[in-house]
Parts: sequence; structure tokens; C-alpha cells
Amino acid sequence: MTTKHYHRHDAIIVGAGGAGLYAAIEVAQKTAAELGRKADVAVLSKLYPSRSHTGAAQGGICAALGNLEEDHWEWHMFDTVKGGDYLVDQDAAEILAREAIDAIYDLEHRGLPFNRTPEGKIAQRRFGGHTRNYGEAPVRRACYAADRTGHMILQTLYQQCIKYDVNFFNEFQCLDLLIDDGVVKGVVALDVRRGDLHIFHGKAVLFATGGYGRVFKITSNALASTGDGMALAYRRGVPLEDMEMYQFHPTGIYKMGILLSEAARGEGGILRNKDGERFMERYAPALKDLAPRDMVSRYIYKEVNEGRGIGGQDYVHLDLTHLGKEVIDEKLPDITDFARTYLGIEPITDLIPIQPTAHYAMGGIPTDVDGQVLIDRNKTVLPGFYAAGEVACVSVHGANRLGTNSLVDLVVFGRRGGLHMANYIRHVELAPLPADATDRAEAELARLRDSAGQPGERVAQIRAELQQSMMDLCGVERDEARLTRMSAILRELRERYGHAAISDAGQSFNSDLVEALELGYLLDCAEATVAGALARQESRGAHFREDFPDRDDANWLKHTLAYRGTEGVVLDYKPVTITRFEPKERKY
Amino acid sequence: MQVHLKIRRFDPDKDHKSYWQEYDVEVDPMDRILDALNQVKWTQDGTLTYRRSCAHGVCGSDAMLINGRNRLACKVLIRDVGNRLQIEPMRGFNVIKDLVVDMDPFFAKYRAVQPFLINDDPPPEHGERLQSPEERAVYDDTTKCILCGACTSSCPPFWNNPNFLGPAAIVNAHRFIFDSRDHGTTDRLAVLDQREGVWRCRTVFNCVDACPRDIDITKAIGDIKRLVLMQ
Repeated sequence: MTTKHYHRHDAIIVGAGGAGLYAAIEVAQKTAAELGRKADVAVLSKLYPSRSHTGAAQGGICAALGNLEEDHWEWHMFDTVKGGDYLVDQDAAEILAREAIDAIYDLEHRGLPFNRTPEGKIAQRRFGGHTRNYGEAPVRRACYAADRTGHMILQTLYQQCIKYDVNFFNEFQCLDLLIDDGVVKGVVALDVRRGDLHIFHGKAVLFATGGYGRVFKITSNALASTGDGMALAYRRGVPLEDMEMYQFHPTGIYKMGILLSEAARGEGGILRNKDGERFMERYAPALKDLAPRDMVSRYIYKEVNEGRGIGGQDYVHLDLTHLGKEVIDEKLPDITDFARTYLGIEPITDLIPIQPTAHYAMGGIPTDVDGQVLIDRNKTVLPGFYAAGEVACVSVHGANRLGTNSLVDLVVFGRRGGLHMANYIRHVELAPLPADATDRAEAELARLRDSAGQPGERVAQIRAELQQSMMDLCGVERDEARLTRMSAILRELRERYGHAAISDAGQSFNSDLVEALELGYLLDCAEATVAGALARQESRGAHFREDFPDRDDANWLKHTLAYRGTEGVVLDYKPVTITRFEPKERKY
Repeated sequence: MQVHLKIRRFDPDKDHKSYWQEYDVEVDPMDRILDALNQVKWTQDGTLTYRRSCAHGVCGSDAMLINGRNRLACKVLIRDVGNRLQIEPMRGFNVIKDLVVDMDPFFAKYRAVQPFLINDDPPPEHGERLQSPEERAVYDDTTKCILCGACTSSCPPFWNNPNFLGPAAIVNAHRFIFDSRDHGTTDRLAVLDQREGVWRCRTVFNCVDACPRDIDITKAIGDIKRLVLMQ
């Protein structure tokens, strides 16, 4: 018998990474300033906030500050639009580029320990895809804190939440989103530590639950990145946008997927094939190793497929040996630590084996530029529901995200979502919960709890097959045969998931139960991803079809919306917002 | 290679005391301890419970006692420790289940040092507060803390005096005290200049050994002791 608890809060935020924490700070600060009282906001997180995946981000956060060389937000906007292979909604890109500047200063004012120039200003470095003068040459736009920028942002924002006395519910696993009468009314969550069920009843809910890299075998993502928010929204009829746009970061540690930041190439690192050749020179003459990630990953695959991988195998080398000890120790200390710890090699003298690693979801829950969730092609707002960060699709990253644009996405759109929500909750009344609010969550928990100790397949086995097949059949290189096969595999895996059994029958801290719930979320995210990929008969950004290798603006300059249907995924499409930059061929 | 694991178990729903349970797994020498734990959980015993997330030493979730030393399970390779592993929850914190401990008191102490920038002067209207690279370097080390708890839970004075603020809280106070932009030193020193503040530190250096981020913790605590004495 599960004990139930009821909470009432004006605003409920699920996820305590960069976007969730910034939204919480905005609600807290605005309420304190304008109403002179503490905000009634609850932040739920499946992890302690400082464990969130934002903390793994390395390379930097970009804005056209122009501290080291001339820069303009218009150039940043262009780079973002072109980097996204023109699938970016340009009104969102403009806001990102414009507001990035203030966002960086705001972070600094809150204490973020950026690296500095000799004059004491925020230092900036080059990064993939960021250029001056609309693509002329790399520009120093990425602000950074050594190579642990994400860690510093997460720490700083968590510290600010402590300062503003934000209410946290840590290690609470969200189980269901409550939508009733066309309005969002709250969430249902499991207190993992005690096993009790909690209903959070509120006026607005903001999802900032991150990505779903754990759907792939080789990933940079944390084990906790299982697409929870995307799946919960999808199950309640909210479409997921552009899920086929999944980025593989070129430089993950071979076989482990651990990320080696693009900053290494920003500081001058070079990719080499088995002949020691700087192969990116052939593919992207202007930007070379600083071409956008989707292109670099594809070219690594091309080199490997054509037999030029190291020792004929499926990896290439990252060469930092010419950077010198000082640059490596001062600017890339964490990457160096990873190479030493996990490979036992010394980047100052050794070449580092790397391969593309599943990294970032450009797609997700559709929102407008204020974080309000949109549920159809007409951009109809679902009142009271917000999303920000990797879980959301504004769309500011289109078909491929530039490095350093995610951290700035969290800050800009996390703030905007928080601000909009802070206003919204002042003007609406709390709507009553439906009588069956906990039914769905309780049924799911009961099914899994009842399976404990019964005969049945292990969740881990199903998950491993999901991860391996997604990597092989829906990865960097796709085609109809592979994607069709993947759809069939997903149907089979889902069937098996329905009969899986967990081992742990306990109430307290049942991580076996949580992993089983997470597999359900991964299956939902995979389903939407594969359906979008199979339907999209073109190549654009991170979505590469060997059978349709060219970009097809005439037919495919549009966003995919994937709805969960009774017989499988139902797809719809909506137009891309184009303002300043007409789609052109994407060459670097 | 075959590795033998001896793991401390405790189920609050069933057990009165903790006990050892042993497993054998087949792993690669370059695998992490976390990979071995996952293998046990995912193929042999789904009830084995531990915190983990990033799996590469940055989030601080999986600090635990491995062969008698506090380490991050995802940052230690099998080849670094050999084929007989003894794994227990961190000391000094109440065990919730198996390798999961109650971190709430640890985070409460972190909050007690006001770990956020204190500066009531209005920031510049456009632009950043200036800070030279030299000023930035002064507090660089203590910005690295990931709040894993390895330091505090390896500290003998903390084992004896659970009210001791502990190395982690002091490190995070240091990060702000020595940040040229912060003005909260007086407030923080009031908390640190107490018997259960910096003065409980006996310079044992266990914290420095345990820290997965290689922070010079004892030195940082010493910096604050010196600051208090010079006030």
C-alpha cells in the first residue's frame, strides 16, 4: 500500500539542471522583488541538484561580447541558423544571440568564475561553427571556466537557489503529468528514498528534465539521462518535435563515450586518421577541425568506412601534442585528466583514440520563445505547461547544435520560462485536480512492484538491446532498411518490456524500480526518434540518410511533430520560422 | 578477468544490521568499479543499490569506500585496485540502503557557510565585474569541489564530532572568501571561527587523499585559519 502525500505550490519545476534552476531563481527573485514574499515554487529532481548533467558540460557558453575581437549578435544568430542547417526558428535564434550577452553578464554578477583576459574581462575562445562576419573565419565567442564551464554554471545556480531559499524535493522521480480540462494541473512523483507517492498540485509546471542519450550504447550522457520529461509529455498527448535530430559529438573516448570537449579543437587540437593526415582539411577547408559537430562526426565515420581508421579499426586520433604543456594544463585540465584516468595516456605526448558519441537532443517538447508548450502545428499553447533546456525544442538548434549554444540556451530560455511562469501564476486561479489524478502512476508502479521476484526478463537485458540497435540502426548513418528494422525491433522490445520483471521488492530507495521506469521513457523517446527519421527523406544536420544524402528544402524545410498514436506514431509537420537568413547550401 | 566483490548490504525494510555479500564478475582491467557494480546489478542481483549518474567523475554521486579508501566508483579502474574488491558506504553518514547514505546533514553544513556570492554593491550596468587572471587564480582550486562527500567522510575529527563543519563546507567557504568579488568574509568567518568550524581540523590530510578532484583541502583550511588569526 503506497502512502500518498499532497502538496500545493504555485509553480512546480521538474529538473534541477541549468534551465530548471535558472527558472526557479527567476520565479523566486521576481516574487521577492515585486510581491515582497517568498515564491511558492517547488523544484523536483531525480538527483541531488548538483549531480545534474549540466555539470558535465565542458567547453563553454557563448555570447557576442566582443572582449577579444569584434563580434556581433547578428553573426552569432547566423552561425546558429546555419549550424542548425536552416531548421532553426530564426526568431528564437535571434533572441538566443541577443540575450546571450546579458545572460553571461548576469551569470558573472551571480559569481560565475569565468577565465579572464589580462584586462580582467571575461575571456573568450574559438569554438566549432562560430565565425566572424557570417562565416569568414573562426571567432573568439566562447566564454569559459577552464574546461568545466558546466560544473561552474551548475554550482553557481544551485548556490543562488540556496540564497533565494528555493524549495527542493530531491530524489523524487516524476511519474506523470496531470492535464485536465485542457490545462496542466501538476505532477505525480515517487519519493525514491521512502517509496511514497506525492501529488504536486499547482498552477504551472515547467519541465527541465534534459535529454535521452542513454537510448544509445556509446553516449556522453549520464545514466540518469533517460528522457523522462519528453516521455511523460508524449504519453499525455503532447507531440515531440524533431526527435530525429540527435547529435553525435565527434570526440568521445573510444568505447566509453566520455566526452572530450570541442574546446580541445578550439585550442588547436587536430583530428588525424591512420596516415596521420589532418583529414578535416579535405572536407571543410575553411573551418577544418572546427566545422560543426554533425559534419565532423560524419567525416570520422567516412574515414573509418573507407579504411583509414587507426589500425583499420573504428576510431581516429585527437592530437594535442603540439599545444604544449602550458596550454593543456591551464586551458584543458579536465580533458587531460580523463585521458590519463580512463586511457592511461598523456595528451602532452600521446595521441588520443576517439569516436563519435551520442550527445545531444536537438528535438523535444515544442515551445514558443517564452517556454510555453505548443501542442500542434498551429502553435496552440497548452496553458500552465512550460519546458526549457535540452528537453525543449524552441527550436533554437534546428537540425544540429553548435557547441556552447546549449549552456546559453539553458540560461536564456530557462530565464524566459521562469519569468513567463512567474507572471502567469499571478493571474490564474488554482484549478481542482481530477479525481483520478494518481490512477495512471499507481497502476504503473503496481505493475512493476508486483513483478518483483516473479519470473520475467531483466530490464537491463532489454535496455542493452535497445542501446545497441539504436546505435547501429539509428545513429550517425541511417537508411530506410535500417530504420524499418529498428521500428520492428522497438515493437518487439516494448512487448517484452510489458512482461519484464524487476528483482527488488523493497519500498526504500528502489533503484531497480526506477531503472525499469526509465526504460519505459527511453522506449517512448526511441519510438518518436525512429518514426521521424524514417519519414524524413532527406539529409539535414545531424540526420543523415545514405539513401537521401542531399538536403531537400522544397519538401522538408519543416519541423516534425510526433504524436503517440494507438497504432504507433502519428506524424504531423509545422513550418520553420525564417526571418533574416534564406536557407543556403551549408559549406564550411 | 575475474573479479571478486565483497559488498556491504543493508535493506532498511528487512535488516537490523548490515552484512557482507559476495559476487564474482567478469570484467576488463580498463573497466571502472562502477561498471563492475552495474554488472552485478544488471545480471546477478537487481537489489544492489548505489547512487551514480555521470559515470566519469564529475557529478560526485558515487563516492564510496573501496578497499578502505574513499573513491568515486566511476573514476577508479579495475586495474588500479586489483581483482579483490571490498566496497562499503562512506563512513560517518547514516546508511539509507546498501551504498546509499544520508547526505542531508552534509548539504546542511554546505548551506551554513552561505555558499553564494555576497556583494551588495550594484553590478556594472553593462558588462562584467572585472577580475584579473591573478585574482582568478587565487581561488581556482576550491572552485573544483563537486560535493561528493569523500573528504568529510574520510576525516577522523568528523567521525568523532559529527557537528564539525567538515572539509567540503570549508572548501566552499574558501571559494568565496578568496574571490575578489565577494564581500561576505566577515559573515562566513563568524561561522568558521568556531570549535566546530576550522579549529576542529587536525591536519590529518585524509581529505586531500580522498578528494577525486585533487583539491588541496588542508591548505585551504589552513588559509582560513591564518585569515582568522590575522583579523
